[in-house]
Amino acid sequence: MSRANILRVIVVCLLLTLVLQPEWFEPVFAPFSPSGAPVIYTRASLLSLSLSHLGIVALASVAAIIVAVLLAILVTRPRGQAFLPLSRTIANMGQTFPPVAVLALAVPMLGFGAGPTLVALFLYGILPIFENTMTGLSTLPPATMEAARGIGLSRRQRLLQVELPLALPLILTGIRLSVVIAIGTATIGSTVAARTLGEVIIAGLLTNNTSYVLQGGIIVGLFAILIYDVLTQLEAHFQKRLGGSRTTV
Amino acid sequence: MPNRTSSFFSRPGLLFAVLGLVALLAPFVTLAANRIVAGVGVPVWDIAAANTTIPGLAVLLAGLALGLPAALPKLRLLGATVGVAALVWLLMQGSTSLLEGAGPYARVSLGSGFWCLLAILLLLAADALSALSPGPLMRAGLLVAAIIALVLVLWSGALADLSIYREYISRHDAFFDAAQRHLGLAFGSLMVAAITGFPLGVFCHHNEGLRGSVLPVLSFLQTIPSLAMFGIMIPLLAWVSSTIPGAKELGVAGIGFLPAFLALVIYSLLPVVANTVAGLEATPPVTLDAARGMGMTRQQRLIQVQLPLGLPVMLAGLRIVLVQNIGLAVIAGLIGGGGFGTFVFQGLNQTATDLILLGALPTVTLALISAITMDILVELTRPNSVRHG
Amino acid sequence: MIEIDNITKVYDGRAAVDSVSMTIESATITAIVGTSGSGKSTLLRMINRLVEPTSGEVRINGELTTDLEKNALRRRIGYAIQGHGLFPHHTVARNIGAVPQLLGWSKDKISDRINELLNLFSMPPEEFRDRYPAELSGGQQQRVGVARALASRPDLLLMDEPFGALDPIIRTRAQADLHRIQRTLGSTILLVTHDMEEAIQLGDQVAVMDQGRLVQHGTPADIITSPATRFVAEMVGGVDRPLRLLSLLPLSEIVEAGEAEGPPINDQASLRDALSVCLGSGRNTLPVERDGALIGRVTLEAIRSRAEGTHEPR
Repeated sequence: MSRANILRVIVVCLLLTLVLQPEWFEPVFAPFSPSGAPVIYTRASLLSLSLSHLGIVALASVAAIIVAVLLAILVTRPRGQAFLPLSRTIANMGQTFPPVAVLALAVPMLGFGAGPTLVALFLYGILPIFENTMTGLSTLPPATMEAARGIGLSRRQRLLQVELPLALPLILTGIRLSVVIAIGTATIGSTVAARTLGEVIIAGLLTNNTSYVLQGGIIVGLFAILIYDVLTQLEAHFQKRLGGSRTTV
Repeated sequence: MPNRTSSFFSRPGLLFAVLGLVALLAPFVTLAANRIVAGVGVPVWDIAAANTTIPGLAVLLAGLALGLPAALPKLRLLGATVGVAALVWLLMQGSTSLLEGAGPYARVSLGSGFWCLLAILLLLAADALSALSPGPLMRAGLLVAAIIALVLVLWSGALADLSIYREYISRHDAFFDAAQRHLGLAFGSLMVAAITGFPLGVFCHHNEGLRGSVLPVLSFLQTIPSLAMFGIMIPLLAWVSSTIPGAKELGVAGIGFLPAFLALVIYSLLPVVANTVAGLEATPPVTLDAARGMGMTRQQRLIQVQLPLGLPVMLAGLRIVLVQNIGLAVIAGLIGGGGFGTFVFQGLNQTATDLILLGALPTVTLALISAITMDILVELTRPNSVRHG
Repeated sequence: MIEIDNITKVYDGRAAVDSVSMTIESATITAIVGTSGSGKSTLLRMINRLVEPTSGEVRINGELTTDLEKNALRRRIGYAIQGHGLFPHHTVARNIGAVPQLLGWSKDKISDRINELLNLFSMPPEEFRDRYPAELSGGQQQRVGVARALASRPDLLLMDEPFGALDPIIRTRAQADLHRIQRTLGSTILLVTHDMEEAIQLGDQVAVMDQGRLVQHGTPADIITSPATRFVAEMVGGVDRPLRLLSLLPLSEIVEAGEAEGPPINDQASLRDALSVCLGSGRNTLPVERDGALIGRVTLEAIRSRAEGTHEPR
């Protein structure tokens, strides 16, 4: 087994134990708790918080992927071309909006709970995917596009069989950026009463209990690393396939 | 393609005009009896007497109409400017007239209609600007003009009757403290990150082994959720303060400015170091070969060739850091680190929208201005951009 | 004079350059030809020590290259490469003045030298000094690249595929320019190319490399008329070989007394040009002129007999 794979197995095991059997880590975290205070977070099961956290991220991300890819397809068609420069500006400037500000501004409209978090993650998640898909679809090799037209593919066939597959690695990069940001930002959702792992961290902040902060932080961090890794591998896989096919053509 | 773009009406312009008309139907402002109760939406034609609203609306509609002709981006930009001016004027007149006789605690807040119209007009301006594609110096001029206009409107007190302005008045001193703290956090951490990150990046460039260990560690630090990072800094610094002699006297403490500052520095290191490495590697291999072949020493190559050529990429790293830190500094408000986040989280606790806005709007504005400024700088440092710009 | 003495470079147990020895006379152009991977660039780069030899030595005018500090050595040797490698963030003037500046020349001296070189390359200084490389055409960039390499009046100019990135027409002109400038300045040039045509056109001497070894070193005519190996013969090109040879010979060598019909041809033209005119105009004899005066004639028969000198390799 390669070193990277050994590391992956270790990370997965560590994460599963932290979520399923947190009490095993009591001796590790104990020095970080004030004396007499509980060391391991028990107010809610870490598993259910993790699932809720990942669920919110997944829901927002899936919605963001669908909307972002559709919008990017629209603005790269001849009919939507007039919107392309504007879309670039929006994608570029929109990403300067701090996620926390987006979250806070969603609260007055949607109240507390998972709602504003979902909306904030969704809105913020669209931009990187939109930007990358747009770049991917508007920078295809001209020779390939010419060939696709030349062999008589219809517009639709070109989109589905040539353009989207070629843009896939870039789209995946956008999805990766978006999902990793969402996992981190979801923790802040707990400040507006969404059920996420942020709850553990905030409980720690409120009671000066650093072991809570560490537990919450490490679990979220490990989730982010694993998802980052999976998506990077996926990108590399598709990139390699494209690279391989390009040399045989 | 040409027959499409040569059509008279700009497609985005048409979309903006339609959306603008729809947005006029939404409540322009809301009127509430006091700060806590929910307000009642007021459509734009009811905010003041007809002799005020009709000219205001006429100018607003004219602005949207000027946004239509595809071939005249300058006119479209003018339309957006005129539209925004009409919006501000309507707001000025409306807030004053609505508050007349509405009781001492009555509040006028910005409604969804206003926000939508503002967003549409700003998008119109952005669309017109992307067609004009002004050079970096021109863009800097426009940015300065926009900032001056914004400051003038706010400073003149014309919008003093708005609820968010009253929140500001009642927290006048706290606001400037927060602004100072926020800027200190964002720019201070940027400076520290640059001072440590640039040399680290140069070392990483020269030493493959160092790069292989530094970059993954910094990437890992980046995945720690900000909330946790701020949380970990507090006990860490408290421990440093209590165990290392002299630390406390130097102002090291587990609360306040320093934990937030340190957390931001840690988040900043990855973009600075990674972009420094990428920037130094951006020199084309042929150029580097030529530099070596003509007998430049390693230091001469670094200073005369690689650094100037990599500067745009390195500055792009600083742009990422600056925008990211302005946003992340909001979280400092949650752990007593100050900044605009204080208002955001107070507002969330009190469900006071205007207080949230008082924290969020300056943050967003600051981030936007920083991003545009850094984009201009990045472009200026590209080789001979001025001559082409 | 440059002496390369039994030089070898080993990468991962494989010799990229395998005990090559050759001597390059001053004020000549030597072209090293080979396919990619033949070790020709490595050989070139060992001379200015961009690559350190595994064994063997190089002497420039009797002085061992290893006796000098690496960067000092490189500042004495001009270096021009494919794709020019100009500094995109510096003006033309600053690019050309790069090495003199490294050598600590005075500002005025550098400035004079820049103007001199720009004039030499027919690029008016007042027009080109302050331009950036991105604002020049491919041919102009290449000329600035060569000017930069010549700026400090180096003992030796190394060129690695200097015309590789140019279009055919510009390329021919650049080669002619280089030839003219080398004759004017009397520079010693060592040039690497994969193009036998270029090597024959430019080289006073041609060195052919194959799999790290120097397989033949001689005048272009030697290489064409008696290729040392089948590889050299292939490089010279089977069918084209007689034509290549003819292109090296000036008409003046076979002018005979007599008269002929039709428009005359200049005696500085090559035999290949003369053959082309014969075939094109359907004549067997051409009148030859020098400075406008008829000096004799050239016959198709004479051209043919010169081309028959080529034979199959041993």
